[in-house]
Amino acid sequence: MEIPYTTEPRPDTGLYNAKLGIWLFLASEVMLFGALFSTYILLRVGAVEGHWPHGWLNVPIGTFNTLVLISSSITTVLAWAACKMKRYDRFKFWHACTILAAITFVCVKSYEYHDKFTHYEINLNDGRIADGHLVRQSADEVVIHGHFVKDRKELFDLKAPGLEKAEHKELEFKRSEIKKMENYGPWHHTYLAIYFTLTGLHALHVIGGALVIGFLWGPGGKLWKSDPERFTNRIEVSGLFWHFVDLVWIFLFPVLYLL
Amino acid sequence: MQTAHPTTTHPGGHDHAAPHAHESHSGGFWSTYVFSTDHKMIGMQYGLTALSFLLFGFMLMVLMRWQIAHPGQPVPVIGPFLANLLGPGAARGSISNDLYNSFGAMHGTIMVFLAIVPLAFGAFGNYLVPLQIGAPDMAFPRVNMASYQFFLLGGVVMFVSFFLPGGAAQAGWTSYPPLSVTIPTDGQSYWLIGMVLLISSSLLGAVNFIATVIQLRAPGMTWMRLPFFVWAQFVTAFLLLLAFPPLEAAGIMQLMDKVVHTSFFLPTGLAVEGQMAAVSGGGSPLLWQHLFWFLAHPEVYVLILPAMGIVAEIIANNTRKPVWGYKSLVGATLSIGVLSFIVWAHHMYMTGMGSKISTFFQTTTMLISIPSVIILTCLLISLWGGSIRFNTPMLFVMAFLPMFGIGGLTGLPLGLNYADLHLHDTYYVIAHFHYVVAPGTIFAMFAGLYYWYPKYTGRFMSEFWGKVHFWGSFIFMNCIFLPMFAQGMAGMLRRMADGGANYSQARVPDAVGGLSPQMLNLHTYILWAAFCLGAVQIPFLINFFWSIKHGRPAGSDNPWSATTLEWQTPTPPPHGNFATAPHVYRGPYEYSVPGHATDCTPQNQPD
Amino acid sequence: MSTHATTAANHDHDDVQHHVRRYLFVFYALLFGTAITVGASYIQFGNREINIGVALAIAITKACLVACYFMHLISEKKMIYIILGFTAFFFVGLMFLTLASYANPPSLTVTH
Repeated sequence: MEIPYTTEPRPDTGLYNAKLGIWLFLASEVMLFGALFSTYILLRVGAVEGHWPHGWLNVPIGTFNTLVLISSSITTVLAWAACKMKRYDRFKFWHACTILAAITFVCVKSYEYHDKFTHYEINLNDGRIADGHLVRQSADEVVIHGHFVKDRKELFDLKAPGLEKAEHKELEFKRSEIKKMENYGPWHHTYLAIYFTLTGLHALHVIGGALVIGFLWGPGGKLWKSDPERFTNRIEVSGLFWHFVDLVWIFLFPVLYLL
Repeated sequence: MQTAHPTTTHPGGHDHAAPHAHESHSGGFWSTYVFSTDHKMIGMQYGLTALSFLLFGFMLMVLMRWQIAHPGQPVPVIGPFLANLLGPGAARGSISNDLYNSFGAMHGTIMVFLAIVPLAFGAFGNYLVPLQIGAPDMAFPRVNMASYQFFLLGGVVMFVSFFLPGGAAQAGWTSYPPLSVTIPTDGQSYWLIGMVLLISSSLLGAVNFIATVIQLRAPGMTWMRLPFFVWAQFVTAFLLLLAFPPLEAAGIMQLMDKVVHTSFFLPTGLAVEGQMAAVSGGGSPLLWQHLFWFLAHPEVYVLILPAMGIVAEIIANNTRKPVWGYKSLVGATLSIGVLSFIVWAHHMYMTGMGSKISTFFQTTTMLISIPSVIILTCLLISLWGGSIRFNTPMLFVMAFLPMFGIGGLTGLPLGLNYADLHLHDTYYVIAHFHYVVAPGTIFAMFAGLYYWYPKYTGRFMSEFWGKVHFWGSFIFMNCIFLPMFAQGMAGMLRRMADGGANYSQARVPDAVGGLSPQMLNLHTYILWAAFCLGAVQIPFLINFFWSIKHGRPAGSDNPWSATTLEWQTPTPPPHGNFATAPHVYRGPYEYSVPGHATDCTPQNQPD
Repeated sequence: MSTHATTAANHDHDDVQHHVRRYLFVFYALLFGTAITVGASYIQFGNREINIGVALAIAITKACLVACYFMHLISEKKMIYIILGFTAFFFVGLMFLTLASYANPPSLTVTH
């Protein structure tokens, strides 16, 4: 006896098995990202007044990435529509665009991560605080391109009205002058911790989804010849996962970049 | 007192002595027994692995009870072996405080996540759900195989952590930060990785179960004709699907706290061993508790619901009448499923919640006791007027009812925060939850093993040794856990490696509420009861394996004369289960229907 | 909405063609939504909560568009809605009950 409803839908539910399966999986993913968003809210609400960062992320870059993902969403649904219309050539075109968009997204994200990992806050022995991007470092000296701040609080709200743009220039320090030097990794502040965790987990989902779509675009395309309906269903199921990844970003972007 | 007589429901029933499923397509050893996608083989894999972990967790408990009764004294007989195996933690063969803590943490983790859930859900669920709904297999067989492999991998990671320098996780199965994060050894990190693997396994399994029950029910198998066992597994799967992910997220965050030095759960101003911790701070230890208990409360219903499902099946079969109140049972199970998500903070009454929110959680906690009582009452009333067969499965199931009753009722004072003030983190809590899980769920598991054994092997387990196993387990489990209520009410706290000696009247005669010698002496009795409980499992183990080849032949495919679909297949069921899709004509418990020739009318029998 | 068979496998060529236009409209709406959400973030409403409210409202709208049209939710039968309904309820419970616990600390005075 074969497993029924693998391709044709079951009449009372209107679903074939894999579609129900992916929706169930997405429900669990809602709870996963929900827990992380809940963490974000609690960490932010629990933070000391004035010590929650604003403006630490580049909005134009984030907006670009948002547009990239939204575009990948439309190309995904068009790829599925092409399968339904039996246009394999257009399917290949649209999903190639999807994969390119995914690669672009991950590359931009890597650039953003790199930017954070090269951004240092330096606490000097004499009590001054310097902040900027690393130019070079050696065994006895560190050079950053940045500025001094009088109060650590100034590092937090970069979008506050009335904040003068500080002049950034090259600053040199001997290692012996430095009390503590830490880059803007997840250990630096709970905001960065939740930023890296949320966007990191999201990026893993982007990569995973791209790999699946890439497989179906490539070697998995064999199924189109023998069972086009089943293949179309796989495109739909992987598309649902991809749309969910876009959905998560639709919330991630304003929460982390804009608010 | 009647014991079960195997009745042949159809002439010429086969008698398969071989215990293993025959695959219809040829495969080597590896694809049949290791990389199988057949739900029955996967169920078997889950079952054997889970039972092994159950035994291991039991042994950890016996070692802990030794330490509690004889603090600091070398363990007899196996002490030197422990010292060799576990290094400084078991120096001179005695269990150090740190080792005790890691045994405690791992006993809980192993019993909950590596033994009971894989047995109740992974083994019984996987094996029986497709059979009971008339399906050829689970909806996603390869995902099923993956879920077992994740489980096995998670179990290996947990097991291996015992042999790390510094030993296994030590911060309780609850892994509360900052302690769990600041312990300098790697055991806790392995625990977190193991948990992520186990959670992934459960998620894959849950997706499979839900999709299978929704999509693959045979023609005529409507929702209200499902055996209650399937309903219980279905709701359990939803609990796993939606409650586990927040713990997975929290586990990842705690792992980041440990490995990458983030401060998700580490507050500002944290000092470790007298020095300010070099972390950013700004985190919240309470956040972990919320995310952990958001899972861990639904988890306890994951532990009990499959057991209730098994109990219902066996009661109906051995009373020869339908289960009483089928609709109430289904409604109550669904209510438990929904309510279980909004009660979790009753594990956190001592964390400084205000009265409004704590009242909310007390209310929902009291509310959820109602469907639990409904289920127990329906099962109890099901016995009324039945023609009861007192075979081994039925004995275990009948003991389940009062034992679960005790466990459930003793939970009520814990659910009220005023009483919980006194009882929180005492032995009363330990007694409460062990009553629900040990003579509760585990009894249902034993019942299920004895009951479905003839379907898998074509032979019965020995009734005599089954009864020895039952009476021994019943008596000694009560001997172990009943005194703990008294100890808890006297103020004996959990997780004390010296058994409370530090808080005893002997040590501090002037203290108010010091533990009396009577309370402490109970430890010795509990230790002996634990040894005896272990001893009485030996006949069970021998029985289980011996009966595969030498048990009394079942004589038919349906030796208990049961109505549900798994008994209407050959023994053992072949790959694909049914030659063609069975058609279901009636409900699941058509026993003793007036006017029918026999007292058992299977679900797929037309009029 | 659609008078045709509600399952994707039963859509025929013309249906999907008709839906393609709908997908493109959703795409333009999402682009527009992105633009206004970024724009709104630069407006100083005086109260941070208003910024949060506006951003979330736009995000929820965009999410609904993706879910209903790209993910075909709008043409599904009851089963999916039941599953997602419960998920939404538990998600909200997790968020708000946890927040409520933080927001409701115990009183510092003892009342008899």
